[in-house]
Amino acid sequence: MDYPTDGTEGSTELADARLANGANGVAGVATGAGALGTTAAAADTPLTIAGQPFCSRLLMGTGGMVSPESLREALQESGTAMATVAVRRVDPSTRHSLVELLGELNVRVLPNTAGCFTASEAVLTAKLAREAFETDWIKLEVIGDDLTLLPDAVELVAAAEELVDEGFTVLPYCSDDPVVARRLEQAGCAAVMPLGSPIGSGLGIRNTHNIALIVEQAKVPVVLDAGIGTASDACLAMELGCEAVLIASAITRAHRPGLMAGSMRQAVQAGRAAYRAGRITRRFYADASSPFEGMIDRSANGTDVADDTQADHSG
Amino acid sequence: MSDTLVNGTPWEGPEGTTVAELVAQWCPSPRGIAVARNGEVVPKSRWQGTRIVAGDQIEIVTAAAGG
Repeated sequence: MDYPTDGTEGSTELADARLANGANGVAGVATGAGALGTTAAAADTPLTIAGQPFCSRLLMGTGGMVSPESLREALQESGTAMATVAVRRVDPSTRHSLVELLGELNVRVLPNTAGCFTASEAVLTAKLAREAFETDWIKLEVIGDDLTLLPDAVELVAAAEELVDEGFTVLPYCSDDPVVARRLEQAGCAAVMPLGSPIGSGLGIRNTHNIALIVEQAKVPVVLDAGIGTASDACLAMELGCEAVLIASAITRAHRPGLMAGSMRQAVQAGRAAYRAGRITRRFYADASSPFEGMIDRSANGTDVADDTQADHSG
Repeated sequence: MSDTLVNGTPWEGPEGTTVAELVAQWCPSPRGIAVARNGEVVPKSRWQGTRIVAGDQIEIVTAAAGG
């Protein structure tokens, strides 16, 4: 039996099908069309950036840590395989080594250009990072505004082009503008990392539509980076088709960072599975999940008001 | 050399100090360290052969929690 539809089903089906069929080589399931592929049952492929596979889709930022001990616990509970570090002047009073901690936990170091406002500052910082940590991977941040820490798209694209030219593997933190994301990809970036909302704001994903657009068009992995506040935000990012999320403050500044890190780990897994499972379409009206067949005769009661409509009016 | 700066603070060391010697004074280990001199990276391979002169601005950097 075909249940009545409300006419809007077609458009939501299409939109959801686009959201389900991400552009990153991971086939979703066409909703409503019954086109279940064997990919739905197959094991997930690992997150792969610049040809490098990662066993976790949760990247961590080390910023905001309260103590080295709490950072260690958070890194472990998150299961992360890559974490960002800032490049800063040596502080002779610091005894612990962040690079050593990450090495010990088998977490890849991803240096960033946090604090840079111009392309030339970012390029110098990236070169220092390459020298210090012996990696040409760089999370590129070029900020336009002290208050919001929103990226300066003009300087960002210029820096990305120069760094790609210099042989860096560039992971740019960018706004949720699909046009900027496309420019960064065209410049040769290994991923695009749009923000959900401002760094440290915990406001989650402010523009899910834009994130879905970026996911749809990108041929490189999309990593939701900045603004995640709690587990449901991370889960939503993955449901939208992001290949990974980058979380710092939501974990490091949570009341219980270790517990939050574990929660985020589960949230990323749940969101990824939901994305691969292919969600149902959004409907304007209900779509009964219980069958109409086999229902008892409701008119047998005798006191039902609705019976009047069935009463014999022939008399 | 009071107009020489290392990490933003005036440095009074003797002229001709190599970058390698300077780093050894600041860091327990050269691992995870990079140096810029007047806005340009000094590769590790050139630390021994680069001497600080008056007016130089040196930055010695490493990883810090962030990002």
